[in-house]
Amino acid sequence: MSLGIAMNEQLKDDGIVLTEAQKRARRSRSIAIALSLAALVVLFYAMTLVKGPMLLIRPM
Amino acid sequence: MSHISEGADIRNPIAAGARLGLAEPSLASVGDYIALMKPRVMSLVVFTALVGLAVAPGSLHPVTGFTALLCIAVGAGAAGALNMWYDADIDAVMTRTARRPVPMGRVQPGEALAFGLTLASFAVVVLGLLVNVLAAALLAFTIFFYVAVYTMWLKRSTPQNIVIGGAAGAFPPMIGWAAVTGSLSLEPVLLFMIIFFWTPPHFWALALYRTEDYARAGIPMLPVVAGDASTRRHILLYTLILVPIGIAPWPLGFAGALYGITAIVSGTIMLALACQVLRERRPAERASRHLFAFSILYLFLLFAVLLVERGWGGLLARWAA
Repeated sequence: MSLGIAMNEQLKDDGIVLTEAQKRARRSRSIAIALSLAALVVLFYAMTLVKGPMLLIRPM
Repeated sequence: MSHISEGADIRNPIAAGARLGLAEPSLASVGDYIALMKPRVMSLVVFTALVGLAVAPGSLHPVTGFTALLCIAVGAGAAGALNMWYDADIDAVMTRTARRPVPMGRVQPGEALAFGLTLASFAVVVLGLLVNVLAAALLAFTIFFYVAVYTMWLKRSTPQNIVIGGAAGAFPPMIGWAAVTGSLSLEPVLLFMIIFFWTPPHFWALALYRTEDYARAGIPMLPVVAGDASTRRHILLYTLILVPIGIAPWPLGFAGALYGITAIVSGTIMLALACQVLRERRPAERASRHLFAFSILYLFLLFAVLLVERGWGGLLARWAA
């Protein structure tokens, strides 16, 4: 069995193995997405407190 | 497959995965995505939108005002990301833009496109839901205008690209105004016109000393297509239109004496610099660089004084109410 075929088999079994740099980049991106979503939750909560039921009445 | 590449595949399974058609995991950092949003352009957009928001009559809760500015900033960032997605080919050959994340390969074009579309959708929907529909519609139109009209069409097809495309950068004060009032009037249109007529002399001054860069990228900027002398005349012509428009808020009663004096003095300097640019000949580029640098200060001064004179008191009163 050639090395190329062995490599294909390994990729099928394990998928793509990330390098340390790729893992760090993915982790920092994941944290940024989590913080953005948390900020969006806080924003909607604050706007609901500010506007109350008026939140649903939007002037043109 | 050679033995050498087989060995390389074992040491680097990512490269092997890419050869098999599997997506390569991204190395893009958070900083790369921030760079996609053109933070310097974003800061100018936020500042001019803040002025539009602050000088508008009526009341707006500070949280709502913050939300409006956040959405405008994110919308501007989305437009920047979509611009970098589409322009990656010309960014790669221009010195000024070659180190952007897409031409450097740190962010894939598809990632930039998805990032831009997601941000644009969020910014417009949140502005519409939490502030008002007119401001959201204007933001959506601004993003569309910058990406579709300027980036995809005008930039590569006409030397008037930054004249017409400059409208995209002029909309933010109108969006800020619309966020407060839910309507538009002459005053935000005047703010729009100041930025609209400021854009050509600003970018043509830059293009005069970056002509080779634009020519190499095949962008038909005015100095590339019509030559130096014509560009210098156009800069003076647009500055002659800009300066009275810059002063206009004062006689029209939208601004006070401090603004009037600032607009007259800084406008006179703009005109003097434009005259120097008219007289300058290549390879000298000192006057062009001075005009480019001063034009940024000019716009900042006009809007800052307007903010101090009209908006600051209004903002404080709104927050105290």
